[in-house]
Amino acid sequence: MAEHILDAHELDVDEIRIPRENWFESSETLQKLRKNKKFPTIWCAGCGNGIVMGSLIRAIEHLGLSNDEVALVSGIGCAGRMPVYMDFNTLHTNHGRALAFATGLKIARPDMKVIAIMGDGDALAIGGNHFIHAARRNIGITSIVINNAIYGMTGGQYSPTTPIGKQATTAPYGNIEPSFPLCELAIAAGATYVARSTVYHVLELDKYIEAAIRKDGFSLVEAVSYCHTTYGRLNKFGTAPEMMRDLKKNSISKAAYEKLSAKRQAGNSKIVRGVLHVNDEREEFTKLCRKLTEQAQGGGRQ
Amino acid sequence: MAVSLMQGNEAIGWGALAAGCRFFAGYPITPSTEIAEMLSRELPKVGGTFIQMEDEIASMAAIIGASVGGLKAMTATSGPGFSLMQENLGYAAMTEVPCVIVNVQRLGPSTGRATAGSQGDVMQARWGTHGDHPIIAISPTSVRQSFDLTIKAFNLSEQYRTPVILLTEAIIGHMREPVDLPEFETLEVVERVVTSSPDEYVPFSNEMGDVPPLAGFGQGYRYHITGLFHDQMGFPTQRLDEINPWLERVNNKLNNHLDEIVMVEEDIQEDATVAIVAYGASARSARHALKVARSQGHRASMLTLLTIWPFPEVQVEKLGERVERVIVPEMNLGQLALEVERMVGRRKVVRVNRADGEMVTPQMILDAIEG
Ligand SMILES: Cc1ncc(C[n+]2csc(CCOP(=O)(O)OP(=O)(O)O)c2C)c(N)n1
Ligand code: SF4
Ligand SMILES: [Mg+2]
Repeated sequence: MAEHILDAHELDVDEIRIPRENWFESSETLQKLRKNKKFPTIWCAGCGNGIVMGSLIRAIEHLGLSNDEVALVSGIGCAGRMPVYMDFNTLHTNHGRALAFATGLKIARPDMKVIAIMGDGDALAIGGNHFIHAARRNIGITSIVINNAIYGMTGGQYSPTTPIGKQATTAPYGNIEPSFPLCELAIAAGATYVARSTVYHVLELDKYIEAAIRKDGFSLVEAVSYCHTTYGRLNKFGTAPEMMRDLKKNSISKAAYEKLSAKRQAGNSKIVRGVLHVNDEREEFTKLCRKLTEQAQGGGRQ
Repeated sequence: MAVSLMQGNEAIGWGALAAGCRFFAGYPITPSTEIAEMLSRELPKVGGTFIQMEDEIASMAAIIGASVGGLKAMTATSGPGFSLMQENLGYAAMTEVPCVIVNVQRLGPSTGRATAGSQGDVMQARWGTHGDHPIIAISPTSVRQSFDLTIKAFNLSEQYRTPVILLTEAIIGHMREPVDLPEFETLEVVERVVTSSPDEYVPFSNEMGDVPPLAGFGQGYRYHITGLFHDQMGFPTQRLDEINPWLERVNNKLNNHLDEIVMVEEDIQEDATVAIVAYGASARSARHALKVARSQGHRASMLTLLTIWPFPEVQVEKLGERVERVIVPEMNLGQLALEVERMVGRRKVVRVNRADGEMVTPQMILDAIEG
């Protein structure tokens, strides 16, 4: 793989998996995408959602998981449409509620890998409370939030991650609300793996999603994306490739960020990419449930 | 087993366990909380899981998720919580995922009177979620019936792949009566059976009778579930030739089996001129009023509705044909009376209502009988 790509991602060769020749044909998981009547996707050409879907597929493939043991749960929004295209056990629920449905499913099937795909509005506005409490419980769900800083599906209303001053169809004078720091929220609430990258830095996304799925606990990967159709157009950010380029320009790796002086860190406005938090101490929730059951059945304290 | 003094809410918990419920998600609310407390103690003993969710929206979502995962699942709540559950309740109806929702009604609207009984959620149980959808609601009149109908709720839910609402109230939920519960092993319990192989499985088939079997996630049957209108494989569709067969099957799947779903208790006097149609706690007052009225020489019949939805149209219509007046006592301002009026005609119906959180008294019903 070309050195400049590795440099752009600030990766070592042994840190990444180099895509093989004929990667589509040789990939069993890709072959199992739901081809029957579900493609092309409903997404706009150039949308970042497809990139995240690709990363998720590669992560699952690399983990060697069978399609049967994976459940994808989502809410409503453009991001929420992802599961229908993938040949897993897929549950497309209501706006904001993916994690609450996933909680019941994970308890019923603790052996399954339960993955929740959410948009920023989905996870942080209407579903914010479920997000906090899923993290607090440390239930073994991998959450992937595609943060495009806007309500894409409904046509570009401001979301809890829309930057101050930016245009949205419901913020014609510019947004006046501060945004929610998604990863920091997850860490504070108790998530045990938290990472952030962008849809430009695909190899990072692959890696983080894989690690998040492997983590036995509540994990979050924030995939910073863009919506050129609504947010991009309203704010004159240009085409999808141009917005993608902005993600490259306006982000910085955690390693590089940590080398900055305290003053420059404080003034940093770039997206910090990297594994932001890992906690190996906390026990996963369904394991605690099982212990509790054993205690109750063993005539434990009543 | 042995006779014990038991609360209605507790009996619901035992009924759930007897029916094979292995997952409960809920959020505390008076007057339903005893159900959660009881199941938090008992479920782990049988290998089940209790979870207290962050709200009722999440509780309803979690029981659907658990049911999709293959567990029989239940939640219990009261008025304000029942309102919060409506969106996900519609999801369960749309996706045909079995689950049981207990609503121990309290006086509303809003926070109302938390400890006072009510029958104010009867119409909400039918139409609370948006859109046309099938629903079953059943309502016990005693502690023992709270147990029996909870089992029935699970059985109907599994059999017809539909959410079932157990509509009780603070009065029966909190009342204690001596009951002698049967041995759980002797009870009839409906289990999910999937006969087709994963390759042939059609999760929302319109060609397997009214109710296609439901395969749990993770058992080799990979498919899609969505609250969008979907085709027989579960994929979203906008095609009218896929939407209409679905509408027809799902909205008729209960109507085609009313014999099994509709439960009433009849106490008929052949030459009666007046009849009472009652349900839940009001049926208890009505029974007393009936006894007194008959002892005073009135000719009167009574129909107790255990199934509220689908409404027992045939039974009520037949009753109406045989009497001059039909008395409908309710702890609301007249909700199920609308249905009775639809079946027997408005002029025959005498409504007896109160919506202050107190019971309709036998005297109020007697006064109506005496006209
Ligand atoms: C209860 C409810 N409220 C509102 C909506 C309308 N709605 C659909 S998607 C959406 C927002 C989507 O934004 P986001 O979650 O960021 O996902 P995106 O489309 O950007 O991927 C809203 C408000 C809904 N479906 N349900
Ligand atoms: S509206 Fe935006 S988020 Fe939705 S598919 Fe189009 S580009 Fe993607
Ligand atoms: Mg969004």
